[in-house]
Amino acid sequence: MAKHVIEIAGLYKDYDTPAGVFPVLKDVNLTIDDGEYVAIMGPSGSGKSTFMNILGCLDRPTKGEYMLDGHSVKSLSSNELAKLRNKTIGFVFQGFNLLARSTLVENVSLPLVYAEDQKELRTKIAKNILERMGLGNYFDSKPNQISGGQQQRVAIARALVNQPRIILADEPTGNLDSKTSDEIMKIFDELNQIGNTIIIVTHENDIADHAGRQVRFLDGKIVEDRHNKKQKEKA
Amino acid sequence: MFFSMLSEAWHAMSANRLRTFLTMLGMVIGVGAVVLMMAIGEGAQQSIKRSIDSMGSNLFVILSGSSSSSGSRSASGSSSTLNMNDATAIGDLEDINAFAPISVGNAQIIYAGNNSNSAIVGTTPSYFSIRRWDVESGELFSDSDIRSANRVALVGKTVVENLFGDEIDPIGKTIRIKKSPFLVVGVLEGKGQSFDGRDQDDTVIVPITTAQRKLFGNQIPGSVRMIMAQAKSEKYMGVAEEAINDLVRQRHNIRENAESDFSIRNLTAMAKTASETAKTMSMLLGAIASISLLVGGIGIMNIMLVSVTERTREIGIRMAIGAREKDILLQFLLEACVISIVGCVIGVGLGLGGAMLVKKMIGAEILISMQSIVLAFSVAASVGVFFGYYPASKAAKLHPIEALRYQ
Repeated sequence: MAKHVIEIAGLYKDYDTPAGVFPVLKDVNLTIDDGEYVAIMGPSGSGKSTFMNILGCLDRPTKGEYMLDGHSVKSLSSNELAKLRNKTIGFVFQGFNLLARSTLVENVSLPLVYAEDQKELRTKIAKNILERMGLGNYFDSKPNQISGGQQQRVAIARALVNQPRIILADEPTGNLDSKTSDEIMKIFDELNQIGNTIIIVTHENDIADHAGRQVRFLDGKIVEDRHNKKQKEKA
Repeated sequence: MFFSMLSEAWHAMSANRLRTFLTMLGMVIGVGAVVLMMAIGEGAQQSIKRSIDSMGSNLFVILSGSSSSSGSRSASGSSSTLNMNDATAIGDLEDINAFAPISVGNAQIIYAGNNSNSAIVGTTPSYFSIRRWDVESGELFSDSDIRSANRVALVGKTVVENLFGDEIDPIGKTIRIKKSPFLVVGVLEGKGQSFDGRDQDDTVIVPITTAQRKLFGNQIPGSVRMIMAQAKSEKYMGVAEEAINDLVRQRHNIRENAESDFSIRNLTAMAKTASETAKTMSMLLGAIASISLLVGGIGIMNIMLVSVTERTREIGIRMAIGAREKDILLQFLLEACVISIVGCVIGVGLGLGGAMLVKKMIGAEILISMQSIVLAFSVAASVGVFFGYYPASKAAKLHPIEALRYQ
């Protein structure tokens, strides 16, 4: 279990703005092991979202090394990055980001479409995961026909469908009430228990307390990286 | 993969039905117009080609007259300056294959209670080979009919219709032309319209000698209105025309610089001009119709650009879960192609329907060629790709993060 899934060394990210070059991340170093449950915290503007985007291969660092699953991401083409996003990383967003016109099964099976799986297989896998998320009765519903909590569960199902090495969640409970948030966090806890690597970006201590490790960003730097003794007991 | 993308494209299109329909309408009208215009243009070309074929090939007509005796010019063929001997002499020229002297006029023809006013052509049997005209039933008259100036006649289809109707077999019946009785020996096969629009089947053909002596009796004996001559091949047309001109001038003792008392018309050249005109017309129609196809294509591009902007966030989501640039490009390209190809199918249908309607309403000749449909199809598909490519590549080149953040 001690294998490093993510190794980041000397990472910089600058943004070119009309007012000049604006550094967002300055010399970030971080290593995350397989099966870890990490909360990335920090106030808005601290660079945690940018860091998340780089982790998720949606953006490239200006400088520095990022090894994902033992491979350097720096020199990969955009097609190869797309493949990583498809197979190695599962995304869960704050705003769910489901396709409004598609059914839940279609939404969940979309990553499999890009993985070029057969249609029967896609549908089977998608239905299976939706059932695990307690959405067995909503296969052909559209996202706007179900609640926010349910939508986030669909998004988690979509993130899991390709059995990724890492699940990246960006403020996954930001649009949900506290009761629903608890339900969603419970799912993450369970996923971590069965061995998934989970990285959650949040600014709520309550949410971060689910994680076994807390990394705090401030002004583009990691200011705190500690083991979380208060990690909530999971049922 | 392809089919799931196709169904995605269908999804996206049906999400905004009215807009898709209106976009498609541009293609429908464009393709419909191209198919219709090409059908009309090719139909016109076809009918002209048929008239030309019915005329015979490499033909000259030497017309008598067009001379002026007392200063006032009369119409070509109105005076009889040519005669049978001129015809024979032309026939002896090296480049001339065949010749036929012709006397023409119009006359009242009567059978039983019916009558018809038709063109009467007096000529020799070689006329039929020059014009590639044969009988449908009965037989042609022969050289012996010419020698003895027999009262025999060949009738065209229109004449048969007017005089005999469908019931009676005209062969062996006696018709009266200018009150003289003539025996019908054959019915000519249908020729249709000549390229100047006359009905060639409204004709009765009789031996030239009979015509000269018994029908157009007030002429100088042996004179003919015109002589039809066929050159050996198309490349001798020029030489032959000159030879005929020199020969007839010499025979008529026309001094140098003096005006000829006859004229030569190169029918093949005239037909060619008519055919070229029809071709140009047809191309012009096609070109105008193609412009509407272009406008339709621009409409597709416009809507695809709107669609890409509207769905920026969707593109971001797709990229985040693993869509490659290629996938996004293909998705939008496919959408543009589906719109243009579906529009094309409807347009072809509409164009064909329109062509049928035109045929029915105004009786114009219509020719629907597979070629024009294939052309419309391939143009529509390439319009889809061409005008869909820019918006699709714009979508594919979006930065995932900016696309995801787009509100």
